[in-house]
Amino acid sequence: MYERNIGEVVLEVKNISLSFGAMRVLNNISFNVRQGEIRSIIGPNGAGKSSMLNVLNGFYHPQEGTITYRGETRSQMKVHKAAEQGIARTFQNIALFKGMSTLDNIMTGRNLKIKANILQQAIYWGKAQREEIEHRKKVEGIIDFLEIQAIRKTPVGRLPYGMQKRVELGRALAAEPEILLLDEPMAGMNVEEKEDMSRFVLDINDEFGTTIILIEHDMGVVMDLSDRVIVLDYGLQLADGSPDEVRSNQKVIDAYLGVAH
Amino acid sequence: MRIERDVMYIFIATLFLMVAIPWVTGQLSEEIFFEWPFFFEVAIGGLLAGVMYSLVALGFVLIFKASGVFNFAQGAMVLFSALTLVGLNELGLPMWLAIVMTLVVMLILAVVIERVVLRPLVNQEHIILFMATIGITYFLDGFGQTIWGSEVKILDLGIPSEPGFYFDGKILINDFDLIAALIAGVLVITLALFFQYTRIGRALRAVADDHQAALSVGIPLKHIWVIVWAVAGIVALVAGIMWGSKLGVQFSLALIALKALPVLILGGFTSVPGAIVGGLIIGAGEKIAEVFIAPLIGGGIEDWFAYMLALAFLVFRPQGLFGEKIIERV
Amino acid sequence: MIYREAGEFKTSYQKDQAILSIRQDNWFMWAIMAIAFLVIPVISSEYWLGTIMLPFLILSLAALGLNVLTGYAGQLSLGTGGFMATGAFAAYKIAIAFPELHIVVVMLMSGLIAAGVGILFGIPSLRIKGFYLAVATLASQFFLIWMFNKFGWFTNYSSSGVISAPPMTVFGDNFVTGPYATPVAKYLFTLSLVVFFALMTKNLVRSNIGREWMAVRDMDIAAEIIGIKMLPTKLKAFAYSSFLCGIAGALWAFVHTGSVEPLAFDVNRSFQILFMIIIGGLGSIMGAFLGAAFIVLLPIFLSNAPAMFGFNISVDLISHIEFMVFGALIIFFLIVEPHGLARLWQILKEKLRLWPFPY
Repeated sequence: MYERNIGEVVLEVKNISLSFGAMRVLNNISFNVRQGEIRSIIGPNGAGKSSMLNVLNGFYHPQEGTITYRGETRSQMKVHKAAEQGIARTFQNIALFKGMSTLDNIMTGRNLKIKANILQQAIYWGKAQREEIEHRKKVEGIIDFLEIQAIRKTPVGRLPYGMQKRVELGRALAAEPEILLLDEPMAGMNVEEKEDMSRFVLDINDEFGTTIILIEHDMGVVMDLSDRVIVLDYGLQLADGSPDEVRSNQKVIDAYLGVAH
Repeated sequence: MRIERDVMYIFIATLFLMVAIPWVTGQLSEEIFFEWPFFFEVAIGGLLAGVMYSLVALGFVLIFKASGVFNFAQGAMVLFSALTLVGLNELGLPMWLAIVMTLVVMLILAVVIERVVLRPLVNQEHIILFMATIGITYFLDGFGQTIWGSEVKILDLGIPSEPGFYFDGKILINDFDLIAALIAGVLVITLALFFQYTRIGRALRAVADDHQAALSVGIPLKHIWVIVWAVAGIVALVAGIMWGSKLGVQFSLALIALKALPVLILGGFTSVPGAIVGGLIIGAGEKIAEVFIAPLIGGGIEDWFAYMLALAFLVFRPQGLFGEKIIERV
Repeated sequence: MIYREAGEFKTSYQKDQAILSIRQDNWFMWAIMAIAFLVIPVISSEYWLGTIMLPFLILSLAALGLNVLTGYAGQLSLGTGGFMATGAFAAYKIAIAFPELHIVVVMLMSGLIAAGVGILFGIPSLRIKGFYLAVATLASQFFLIWMFNKFGWFTNYSSSGVISAPPMTVFGDNFVTGPYATPVAKYLFTLSLVVFFALMTKNLVRSNIGREWMAVRDMDIAAEIIGIKMLPTKLKAFAYSSFLCGIAGALWAFVHTGSVEPLAFDVNRSFQILFMIIIGGLGSIMGAFLGAAFIVLLPIFLSNAPAMFGFNISVDLISHIEFMVFGALIIFFLIVEPHGLARLWQILKEKLRLWPFPY
């Protein structure tokens, strides 16, 4: 075990409830996330994990509750506000831009940092070109980090699933996020691919100090990587604590293994 | 059918505006004549014309529902069926036989389109299929006129076209419009029943919901497509007969399809009731605007008014009045 | 020289980001430019320049505009004709009101006005998508044409509703509009503008704004989540697209026909431009040119073909058959290569790169 470098609370979620019509997806969820930790959300299918991430980056707007981030308390996040304030994410079902190359996909992740206006970009001289080259360097760094040099110019639609997941991670990293939301980054992968992905997640956390909120079904991975784990079931919060605490929690065991009624 | 609350509000607001705006312009402007019987005459005339728009829109909806194809060729099919009917009739076939023969032609057309156009393009993006139907449009327009010529033809089914007076002679309504609306109404109800209660109808709805799932429970997609295109062909024939006997069979019939488009966006691409209600709103709104608003801004607004009206609705309901609301997920 | 990228090493990102990063492509492009600017004006007849090259270039520019909106930003539009008309009438009003303005300034200003109109009609795109948007853009098409027909102000109260371009010059006294303009001058003027804007467009689509457009096209939700703002991005696409279409409309009215009525930009024009980008290739600069060439040349070929083979068919029938062939060809193309001529070109290049070895 190496030294963990965990700081203050950066994100605080209080009493979040979200419903679609009559369906209650999240029910009174509260938790916090500390600087630099890997925080996992687990639970069976339909537990509301992805909805929770959607609330965090402002895609869904909860009916009740507050989110405190960077000292601001608000009842909901706005999508591009979240992006501007350094919350990036990947998706359960890959949401890459299929018609573009790997390089362009990751470059798109830097869109908020590009300042040249439309006229400068049309002329492609001076500022626009300088920026383009400077961001290209950053993106090449990410490409090296994720070991996807060979597919740099391939349209992502043609890539295999595991590679697409990596490109998506690259796009999220390109934004240099403070908090990275990962929605099942290892779903559908074989053991080697999972190992690679776990290594990337740990390295991102360690090298860049990025706080990570992770949804994952593979319990082995979750328990190995996470500092703290939240367990959701049908929109309810069952448990919150260190992997060991969660593992021994009776309610969690019941939810996962089933219980005789 | 359950009507949502906002749709209800939109209806009430529309009705209110449709009455209030003409009344106000009538009071304010010397050029505009407003009197209640005249207003109702205009409104009813508009509603009846609207039924005819619905008829064309219905063909679109059927195909869009069952295959997700935005069939731009519906208007061309209207023209083509009417041309074929008149052409066969002029060759000496009695009208009933000509209608039967035209039905057969429309069936063959459906089979050919499925075989030649849709099957090779299955699983392509929607815009590609949309483009292909524009190709069909051009082809049918050219083909119909190559065979049957392009001069204006008269289609006479013996439906009286004299104006009739109703409500103590205060309101003037064209008998032809009434009968056309009646026929369209019967057709719509038949189609609704067909969709709701027959095996094919259920299969159609299944396909509309999810192609893959429908295939996996053993619904033959190809047959379904032929059937919808054939039904759309029949709807086109009915529309062709109605519009053809009203305006004469000529190239401009193909342009009526363009009028059905605002009806579609207003009603929602996937809703049969939407096509009908949309047609009524567009028909009535257009006529009322033409009589009571157009003189203020120079007239001739029928080219675009329907579109603007539909656009105004879209601002409130982006999925159309009866379209399904989409919950986006990631 | 074999078409190959092996042995070419790029030592800077700048070189790697160049428009044509393979040396042969570069030569090929310069050769085309040389032919277009130097050879064609010398060898072509007036008929070729005036009836084929001019409409081809101008419609290419409009197709380029629509391709930005539909091919790159994914917003299906049927309002191209309306934006072209806006450009044409804006150019007319400006040129008449300020006769001392240079024609290039007039063109740019009319493009900017068309861009403004494009932004206005692009606003609904925030709420509606796909075919709903396509139908909504038809509203702009019909409304604009109606407006130019209805209000005499736009035509300076000409009784026929036709506007005529005043004679205008470039570089001293080389007329490019009006009765004294030679086809060669018209051609070179149009060509310069079109090449310039094609280059601008290429720059845009390889920069950040282009990536934002494509992101919105490919998956709008994900684009929003990584921080791309929908409304400005879509409106920029509408603005730039109608800017190009507006200039194309102004060129059409001023340089190509010299006088024009709103009907020249009716809904069929919109469809024609849409065909160009579909046949040429959505989301490709090259595609806009290939598609325009195809659509401009096809009717000329079709109407001359029967005579070439010695048939004698009435004009009326030819136009019907033209429709049929046109429709059939569109379907044929979509089936054979849904991604257009530009994709075929690309496949050819990929094959060539490996030739003569298959792998």
